[in-house]
Amino acid sequence: MAEVAAIGTTVPPGPAPAELERPDFEIVPRKGLVLVAVVFALLIAAIAANKLWPLEFFHVAFGGAWTVIDLFLGLVLGPIMASMPPPARVAFTIRLMPKMLLIMPTVVTVTLAAGWQLGHYLGTIDSSHPNHGWTVASYIVVGVMAIIALGLLEPANVAVLVELKKRRPNPAVIERLMKRFIYSAGIIGIMQIATLVIMTKLASG
Amino acid sequence: MTERRLPPVTEIGMLSLALIVAGGIYLSAHIPGDVPLAPAVILLVLSAALLVGNLVALSRVRGFPWRRFAEVARWALLAYAITAGMIEYVFLRNDLSGGPLVVLTLSLVVYAVHVPMLIGFTVARYDEPEVWNAA
Repeated sequence: MAEVAAIGTTVPPGPAPAELERPDFEIVPRKGLVLVAVVFALLIAAIAANKLWPLEFFHVAFGGAWTVIDLFLGLVLGPIMASMPPPARVAFTIRLMPKMLLIMPTVVTVTLAAGWQLGHYLGTIDSSHPNHGWTVASYIVVGVMAIIALGLLEPANVAVLVELKKRRPNPAVIERLMKRFIYSAGIIGIMQIATLVIMTKLASG
Repeated sequence: MTERRLPPVTEIGMLSLALIVAGGIYLSAHIPGDVPLAPAVILLVLSAALLVGNLVALSRVRGFPWRRFAEVARWALLAYAITAGMIEYVFLRNDLSGGPLVVLTLSLVVYAVHVPMLIGFTVARYDEPEVWNAA
């Protein structure tokens, strides 16, 4: 199949990659993992308790964070990063991306797990609910966002960090991966507007 | 210009994810009523076939940096197994059972394997091109 359906991956020509000045960093911030574990433990407790307030808290707080981060990253920070000079962009990327690697999967998992349980509690996931069409619309929007995030954004996030960790990172590869990350974030950011419309409609009844 | 020939792993991976997402939406949209499982099963089987096809296609790429791939994919596998486990927990907590539970669980397995594969592939494809490009 490799021979049949091959694609060309091009890396721009030129001299050997220049040395990029960058501080040492952890691809996955270990201290942050403790925080993620605490959040997941609290989420499990909230789902097990099946009480309205904790479920609402986790779904609204983390869902709000997911929406705002995507909107801000895609529509504000992304264009700013694209216009930054490469050394500044690298410096910013090294500080931002490891945090994103922990924040986004956590925020998404908590929002979806708490949201499903909340929907079960409130009956909005029940196919007989009067606003069920809006709930299904939210599944579709989240589904499309998940495909883009899991297939394009997250791999680019990890790959750019691994590239920056190398002794001589290739600026062309970083450029390509960051472009992919920023465009994906922009598309997801725009789709989050649909999420806001659907969720406010569902909350309003 | 350096050119590397690779199978369309990312594109196939996204298509595979789209199929299980569609199956998941189909089942979720009918809860708690009875729902014919056939469409979701077909989508799951197609998605799993694409996963297998992707792995086979990648295994045939000569000189692919498997060490780098495994280094990244195994940690991603752990992370995505945890997130899949969280979602599975919610299904079990809500007494989901029978055919829909089996289909959704297997969909989560495809998700938890395919996403780490995509992450490992994206990292490995840019690994020391001068070494494996010549292979």
